[in-house]
Amino acid sequence: MSTATDTKRKAPAGEKVADWADGRLGIYSLAKANMRKIFPDHWSFMLGEICLYSFIIIILTGVYLTLFFHPSMNEVVYHGPYEPMQGIRMSEAYASTLDISFDVRGGLLVRQIHHWAALIFLAGMFVHMMRVFFTGAFRKPREINWLFGFLLFVLGMFTGFTGYSLPDDLLSGTGVRFTQGAILAMPVIGTYISMFLFGGEFPGGDFVARFYSIHILLLPGIMLGLLVGHLILVFYHKHTQFAGPGRTNKNVVGMPLLPVYMAKAGGFFFLVFGVIAVIAGIASINPIWAIGPYRPDQVSTGAQPDWYMGFAEGLIRVMPGWEINLWGHTLVLGVLIPLTLFGVILGAIAVYPFIESWVTGDKREHHILDRPRNAPTRTAFGVAWITVYFIGLVGGGNDLWATHFHLSLNAISWFVRIFFFAGPVIAFVVTKRICLGLQRRDKEKVLHGRESGLIKRLPHGEFVEVHEPLAPAQLHTLTAHEQYKPVEIGPLVDENGVKRKVSVVQKLRAKLSKGYYGENNQIAKPTAEEYKEITSGHGHH
Amino acid sequence: MKKLSARRRHPLAAVVVLLLALAATGGLYAAFAPASKAQADETAQSLAIDEGKKLYSVGCASCHGTGGQGTTDGPQLVGVGSAAVDFQVGTGRMPAQQPGAQVPKKKVIYTQAEIDQLAAYVASLGAGPIVPTKSQVSPEGADVAKGGDLFRTNCAQCHNFTGEGGALTKGKYAPSLEGVDPKHIYEAMQTGPQSMPSFPDSTMPEQQKKDIIAYIKTVNSSESASPGGLSLGGLGPVSEGLFGWIFGLGALIAVAIWVAAHTAKAKKS
Repeated sequence: MSTATDTKRKAPAGEKVADWADGRLGIYSLAKANMRKIFPDHWSFMLGEICLYSFIIIILTGVYLTLFFHPSMNEVVYHGPYEPMQGIRMSEAYASTLDISFDVRGGLLVRQIHHWAALIFLAGMFVHMMRVFFTGAFRKPREINWLFGFLLFVLGMFTGFTGYSLPDDLLSGTGVRFTQGAILAMPVIGTYISMFLFGGEFPGGDFVARFYSIHILLLPGIMLGLLVGHLILVFYHKHTQFAGPGRTNKNVVGMPLLPVYMAKAGGFFFLVFGVIAVIAGIASINPIWAIGPYRPDQVSTGAQPDWYMGFAEGLIRVMPGWEINLWGHTLVLGVLIPLTLFGVILGAIAVYPFIESWVTGDKREHHILDRPRNAPTRTAFGVAWITVYFIGLVGGGNDLWATHFHLSLNAISWFVRIFFFAGPVIAFVVTKRICLGLQRRDKEKVLHGRESGLIKRLPHGEFVEVHEPLAPAQLHTLTAHEQYKPVEIGPLVDENGVKRKVSVVQKLRAKLSKGYYGENNQIAKPTAEEYKEITSGHGHH
Repeated sequence: MKKLSARRRHPLAAVVVLLLALAATGGLYAAFAPASKAQADETAQSLAIDEGKKLYSVGCASCHGTGGQGTTDGPQLVGVGSAAVDFQVGTGRMPAQQPGAQVPKKKVIYTQAEIDQLAAYVASLGAGPIVPTKSQVSPEGADVAKGGDLFRTNCAQCHNFTGEGGALTKGKYAPSLEGVDPKHIYEAMQTGPQSMPSFPDSTMPEQQKKDIIAYIKTVNSSESASPGGLSLGGLGPVSEGLFGWIFGLGALIAVAIWVAAHTAKAKKS
């Protein structure tokens, strides 16, 4: 396309620059392919954007913090402006964090933006992940992208944890000690990993510097790569959309990237930055000056990790302190079991897309989102998972629940222990019933229309409420979802009367599939015949 | 005189002289020395003890026994000292309202004068820690930074980094230290009320107690500064997480809904 020099016409400056760039970067073909890329409009599709922007904010503020932070555990005596720390011995890491908070221009604000953005980043990823889960957006072809997102969440947790540990204050030091305890609880390799990670006995003089390179280089580097991959896949797969008139599995209805989404997304970035900056301006976070420097002989009550690790904290807090002593070795089940559960529970949501596609046998591509009610078993599983997660969080904050609601700490621990098992079951059953109820209501609405609130008296004295029929677009939206048939194993004997071999796995799959789509597990959506039959009558039954 | 000298050899004369002498010395003694001292005692100490005893019989004896010997409902008070009484009654913890995991702080129902009388009575039952003087609890001459270090070593594990309080087992708790009279903090350290261990002068000298009181005043009182903005209760990551979810993510979702609701229109209508 670089023809500006060949023609007689004098090209404007902008075109010249664009031509120059195209000759070297090939931007024309890139732009042609992507400029008019269509994105559907829905507020819940912007949750991922919140994560992306808070991640960018974290990187920007983090770079500023690295200019002043000293990742060193050398002991210094504080002689800075903060009076209640005068003459206290502390690590250089802690002293430099005090300096960032009190001496560096804008340091405290940037620190607080960094930390608030981190909490919001993780919370945003959690909600974004749940949005994707409940609408079934993880189905083919997006399973890999689901895993990318999941990895981003887990890596975000650990990046957050290492960052939170850097100031070497009493709260984070307690958290690092907690982690070291968890590492030691791993059989056989635990002590080796601990010695390697801390360069000897805890706390040693190395972990801040090591966590620093993990926090600012290793983990964010991997996350950045995953993030780019995540976005490329979103472009490649195109965005999913909710069912509606004119929307099919083969198109995307919405607005083009340029100019609409570019403007919207750019504006939204500044809105996100603005909201986070305002929060950082009005609310204190991690006031390390009030917490004090880390000393292994000191500890405070109410020592919790940031919220995204609270679930792990809760599992350990409520676990009975079981241990087994064998041949001079101790197996600390009280820590090992929660640690394993932590991985298992997180892993359960990660592998769910694969389990669902195996159970349902559905290997087709899906670009139309499900309404959560139309996938009752999935929705119920998701709510059960959130319930477990939330119960863990309650356990992690058990002391604050106790003091603020005037309850017994022990009673809360028992509540968490019982509801860790009972909670998800109750949540599963209740959610499924609610979903089925909503499906019935949808069916009722399609067949009988909307209750108008108008009461009519018939000539023979009967009172009826007038139902208004739905608009065709609404009818489409309520009936667009597909309904599956449960997987059948087929007859157990073949045509010759010989017993067929049916594996246990097949039987399990058939059973699960029945749980998803069998009778009483979904409400048959109204058929066109049913609709016609009813609407041809009086329309008020 | 004649009569007297005539009977000076009477067999009972010596007895009469002796009686007169005894009456004179006894009368003089009664009139002067011991009488004045006894009078002073009556007006201050013993009067306070007497008044305290009366208050005690009405308000405390049902649980602590008529002589402070303790019952199944309340501990013995012999040797707890005036500091313990001043703390327990002065913060409204005593008299207790109902049995429970822990006796909570509540409205103080006695005047300071009555509390002093009660304290005098209980102190008279046996020696114990005494109420500190004003200079003992004033933050003057205290080292706040050292107090912070001492607080984190000795107090934070129950009362939190800055004295916001925390949970103990089975419904017991370490109360918040916000707005607590320095005198009461001092007395609590001296006497170790309820679940709290005591820190007598032998393990924690007076100066260190002063440092701790000064630290609490600096970080957790109406005059303490929060350089980062709202302190969110000073409870750490749990309240920060809640705030981040509700106000941070909540606001962002609200903004997202607003942005999504104002979409570009294909044609201006």
